Amino acid sequence: MSSELRELYQSVILDHYKKPRNYGRPPGADRAAEGVNPLCGDHVHVYARVEDERLAEVGFEGSGCAISTAAASLMTQAVKGRTTDEVRALFDRYHELVTGRGDVDPESLGKLAVLAGVREFPARVKCATLAWHALRAALEGAAEPVTTE
Amino acid sequence: MSAPLTDVELARIRADFPALDQKVHGKPLVYLDSAASTQKPRVVIDAVSRLYAEDYANVHRGVYQLAERATRAYEAGREAVRRLLNAADAREVVLLRGTTEAINLVAQSWGRAHVGPGDEILITAMEHHSNIVPWQLLCAERGAKLVVAPIDDDGALVLDELERRVGPRTKLVAATHVSNALGTVNPVRRIVEIAHAAGARVLIDGAQAVARLPVDVQALGCDFYALSGHKLYGPSGIGALWGRAELLEAMPPWQGGGEMIETVTFERSTWARIPHKFEAGTPHIAGGAGLAAAIGYLESIGIERIGAHEDALLAYATEAVRSVPGLRLVGTAPGKVGVLGFVIDGVHPHDAGTILDRAGVAVRAGHHCAQPVMQRFGVPATVRASFGVYNTREDVDALVRGLHGVVELFS
Repeated sequence: MSSELRELYQSVILDHYKKPRNYGRPPGADRAAEGVNPLCGDHVHVYARVEDERLAEVGFEGSGCAISTAAASLMTQAVKGRTTDEVRALFDRYHELVTGRGDVDPESLGKLAVLAGVREFPARVKCATLAWHALRAALEGAAEPVTTE
Repeated sequence: MSAPLTDVELARIRADFPALDQKVHGKPLVYLDSAASTQKPRVVIDAVSRLYAEDYANVHRGVYQLAERATRAYEAGREAVRRLLNAADAREVVLLRGTTEAINLVAQSWGRAHVGPGDEILITAMEHHSNIVPWQLLCAERGAKLVVAPIDDDGALVLDELERRVGPRTKLVAATHVSNALGTVNPVRRIVEIAHAAGARVLIDGAQAVARLPVDVQALGCDFYALSGHKLYGPSGIGALWGRAELLEAMPPWQGGGEMIETVTFERSTWARIPHKFEAGTPHIAGGAGLAAAIGYLESIGIERIGAHEDALLAYATEAVRSVPGLRLVGTAPGKVGVLGFVIDGVHPHDAGTILDRAGVAVRAGHHCAQPVMQRFGVPATVRASFGVYNTREDVDALVRGLHGVVELFS
């Protein structure tokens, strides 16, 4: 098996796929959005409770591949407690990480750095960003499901 | 029953397909996605190339020799489709972009003329989106109802249930000949008998059938038959609708433009005869030439023999994947052809597809443009390996090896 595959499917990712964290709608969630990848049928709902511009609670539900599920799970951990502005900025840097564009230092992204392997698999960038797109839509109060298309 | 291809024949056939001779990710390409689109043999590539290099001009209008050659090369595609389907007359073959456009033509032209409020269009639960959505659009516009005949747990059509759903309001039964997601072969003649007994017309989506099953539209008795060139080793962007001459003649034009008219004044226009009435604009001329070459290629091998080869391969693959832990087949109808769809416990099809790709194995992972089929089987997606004339047992072995790698990674 290639080293790229080993990096993509490293143990942290498989662990979050098999045991997703913050799964479900947190109590008192006041923001929600749905993300859909029409090409593959991946589907995610992201929920948040925002207090004083800060994400007090974040959760997700849905069905998807290992990359999209682990990315959603890791996202919920990474954004909890951050302000909405910080979350937007984090998404920008995370996007650079998984697309291989820009010169973001993976170390600066904490545990999200495990998703750096996605950059070798352009077809899977949408999987790694679906939940993030949904979260951003939730914070912006979008009424329509967001899609990766 | 035709004999499968010999190893010598198979090696020669593989050599006809230049795209097969390459490596991806450093591994020999194992192409198992022919249900999505087939690779092209050299004769097709050459026919397209020759048309542009030597015989290119616009068709059906030039008085010069080059235009005559281009017209002849393009019209050879129409005649080849007539032979392939054993149609009575090449005028019944409308050349279009493909199956999707053919179905939309019937929905928009025949459908608007014949389907009204309260009428019903009957489809099956195994249809590709291209044989669902055009009817939804028509039904929404005309106030008609889309009715669906169910499939069983093997993915076979429940014929009794289809029969129960055919009634006096049924205007059309639209069914696939072969399911792209499940491989199920539908009993077209029975469907036609049932529909015609109720006065309904029948459209058959032949996209997955024509490269592996002999088709005789006169024997099947259907009213419309749609196909795509790119699934029978021909170019993409060219395909055909076959329709009974009397139906096509009575149908209003669909798109207006050049080619489809007889006379035009600002007051009124009159239409060309069939099939040109439905062929507005300059067509895919090289596509017609490539389509003729592709059908000629199929005929040179023999469609029955291609079918027998794929059947043998499918049987071998069905047995071989049983060694993969947690693998469950989706689509197990008796007599199924061409595709092996499955899911693996705890592994999403997309992840399996990515891992197989790194082993050089190209399969489809997704809903195969048949989301209702996925819903019927309670899965978000499947992995689908599908076969063509050029596939070998070694291709299947590579798939199975790759799947063991997938399971190992996720265990």
